[in-house]
Amino acid sequence: MLGMWVFLVTEVLFFGGLFVCYSVYRGWYPDAFAAASHELILWAGTTNTAVLITSSLTMALAVHAAQGGDRKRLLWFLAATMLLGAVFLGIKAYEYDSEFVEHHVPGFGFAFEAEHFRHAQVFFSLYFMMTGLHALHMIIGLGIMSVMAWWAWRGTITDQYYNPIEISGLYWHFVDIVWIFLFPLLYLIGRHAH
Amino acid sequence: MHTEHIVPKRVYYAIYLILLVCTYLTWQVAVFDLGALNTVAALTIAVFKAVLVVLFFMHVKYSTRLTWLVVSGGVFWLAILLALTLSDYLTRGWRTYG
Repeated sequence: MLGMWVFLVTEVLFFGGLFVCYSVYRGWYPDAFAAASHELILWAGTTNTAVLITSSLTMALAVHAAQGGDRKRLLWFLAATMLLGAVFLGIKAYEYDSEFVEHHVPGFGFAFEAEHFRHAQVFFSLYFMMTGLHALHMIIGLGIMSVMAWWAWRGTITDQYYNPIEISGLYWHFVDIVWIFLFPLLYLIGRHAH
Repeated sequence: MHTEHIVPKRVYYAIYLILLVCTYLTWQVAVFDLGALNTVAALTIAVFKAVLVVLFFMHVKYSTRLTWLVVSGGVFWLAILLALTLSDYLTRGWRTYG
């Protein structure tokens, strides 16, 4: 348990670097950031926030089921958590696709109103870095949950040995917390101005 | 090593509802022009949500002092990272040229 917490602290500082980078650039280019943020698909970001919070609930309930030694409920809640994680990634993929079509991916094909052209690219670079790294953590989380589901299925997890479920849960909740910060910082800045 | 304390299910459901309400609040607050307070409001709600997840979903409320120490250490180091970097960048505009 403690080992996972120490790992999560390193993860906090890993993501922290990106959040600091975001803060510095947003401090420099507030208008471009607001204009670029306005282009993100708000319903998708909001839905995904609710999806991840719900997956955190099912994860917490999975730990509860494991503590009670209820294998069937544990399997159901792990399946629900994985399904919600997959829904999140599906919506994220839909967003990436839309942003690609609208030429919001930084690089040669980037298109944006002339006034904010250069600095909006900074926003979208950070957006793809931060959400991409978060999505990678989600994919790893789904891998961990698959192993947990396998262990629960074959009966390795009992009411005496549910530590792996708790530890995996810590990781899953951490990834949820990262999104709790990403959502307002990426999707909601400058919603009132446009 | 087990967490001796089994958190009742109703606690999880209550926290879940608060988290959803907070998400709705963040979204609604962002529509109003509060100036710099928009960011303050968004981050305050986000920190509140994160604290709920850490304390209840991640069981820190019921954990040992050593776990508390590690978690606080993480937050403290993140604060150093943010404070020292931003104290440089955010104050560059204050320079007076001889």
